[in-house]
Amino acid sequence: MPKKVIKPVVSAEEAVKHIKPGSSIMVGGFNYGGIPYTLVDALVEAGTSDLILIANDTAYDDVGHGKLVTRGQVKKVIASHVGLNKSTQRLFNEGKLELELVPQGSFVERIRAGGFGLGGVLTPTGVGTVYEEGKQVIEIEGRRYILELPLRADVALIRGYKADRYGNLVYFGTNRNFNPIMATAADLVIAEVDAILEVGELNPNDVVTPGILVDILVLKGDSYYASRT
Amino acid sequence: MLPVLSEEVVRHRIARRIAMEFEDGDVVNLGIGIPTLVSDYIPEGVRVIFQTENGVIGAGPKPPEDDLRFIGAGGRCLSVLPGGALVASDLSFGLIRGGHLDATVLGALQVDEIGNLANWWIPGKLVPGMGGAMDLVTGAKHVIVATTHTTKKGQPKLVKKCSLPLTGAKVVSLVVTEYALFRFVDGKMVLEEIAPEITEKELREITEAEYITNPDLRIMKGCEVEQDSK
Repeated sequence: MPKKVIKPVVSAEEAVKHIKPGSSIMVGGFNYGGIPYTLVDALVEAGTSDLILIANDTAYDDVGHGKLVTRGQVKKVIASHVGLNKSTQRLFNEGKLELELVPQGSFVERIRAGGFGLGGVLTPTGVGTVYEEGKQVIEIEGRRYILELPLRADVALIRGYKADRYGNLVYFGTNRNFNPIMATAADLVIAEVDAILEVGELNPNDVVTPGILVDILVLKGDSYYASRT
Repeated sequence: MLPVLSEEVVRHRIARRIAMEFEDGDVVNLGIGIPTLVSDYIPEGVRVIFQTENGVIGAGPKPPEDDLRFIGAGGRCLSVLPGGALVASDLSFGLIRGGHLDATVLGALQVDEIGNLANWWIPGKLVPGMGGAMDLVTGAKHVIVATTHTTKKGQPKLVKKCSLPLTGAKVVSLVVTEYALFRFVDGKMVLEEIAPEITEKELREITEAEYITNPDLRIMKGCEVEQDSK
């Protein structure tokens, strides 16, 4: 079924009902920047469990999607950095959480591969380190590369700045980070934004994420970080 | 007896010396800790373009008022200087891995004599994750390590062979500590500068790695101005 041309604007509570127990989710953000806070808080409230969380980092114990980990709603994390969220490390050490660490540049390329129809990406990052173990290494013109496989998710929760009703998105500041790429690599893309404009009010020259990638729009709420980022 | 240097002197000495390495137009990524201080010491007339993993090219100092929509990789607010650009993570790491960075400055747990770097994980302790470090050391043209010469317990950090998991193999170009500057030349570790408070013999004693001493060994640049800046 094709996506709707005019994107539904729904509450965060309504939007996260698309995430079922056991779903894989991508969540945009780097540190505390660019996280879809209102959507994540609604997912925490919904209590949906056994999630596979694909995010650059797990934020902080009580910030953004870090809360999903802290409250035990996540069974597996795929991330590049979890050092700021002590719950991630504690639960991993207790054997209650599966953790897959990926170098940040490889992480973003795996998502790009997932969204761009590629079978994988060859990167020199991690060659000659413990990260190489168990991965396929391919030599091309005398240089060794690790084969990184595509990543996709059932649902992506992303954070934009302004949207129009077609779902076109622009970004602001360092909130952009992983959000545009994640919008390409999930079966359902839900975007939280500061403002929703009429069609024609966004200049096509400025659009970063075309609306054809976006399914649902949600206006950001007024929590501490949602209102400040 | 080794002289005791205050933590302030150590951190700023290392940062000041590294800042002298850059040329006008260099694109540089600074890690957290001592590397962050490097931007305070860029010599007059040298325009260094600072890049952050999370997508800033042309990062400037913390603004008078915090705007959480502009942060650096460590989460501190920053400004984007005129002429700067904001990019997404795929392009940011394309720049990093693709050889578009002249240098990355980062800390170390261990550096060994063939230029291996370990700085992301101490097995048995918590696993923080490598973040962007493995990409940075793979792609940047120069990998500059800013580190204290030994651990807080006095263990050598410049070792014969890294015992900790590597961040990158044979990637280090330059190591600056409070006591010395070593450059890797054709895969060999070369002592080029030594701090005024320490003898060559004393330096050997606190350095496990085998290194060659440059016949033209000099006193570490920048130490002479420390008194003025205190």
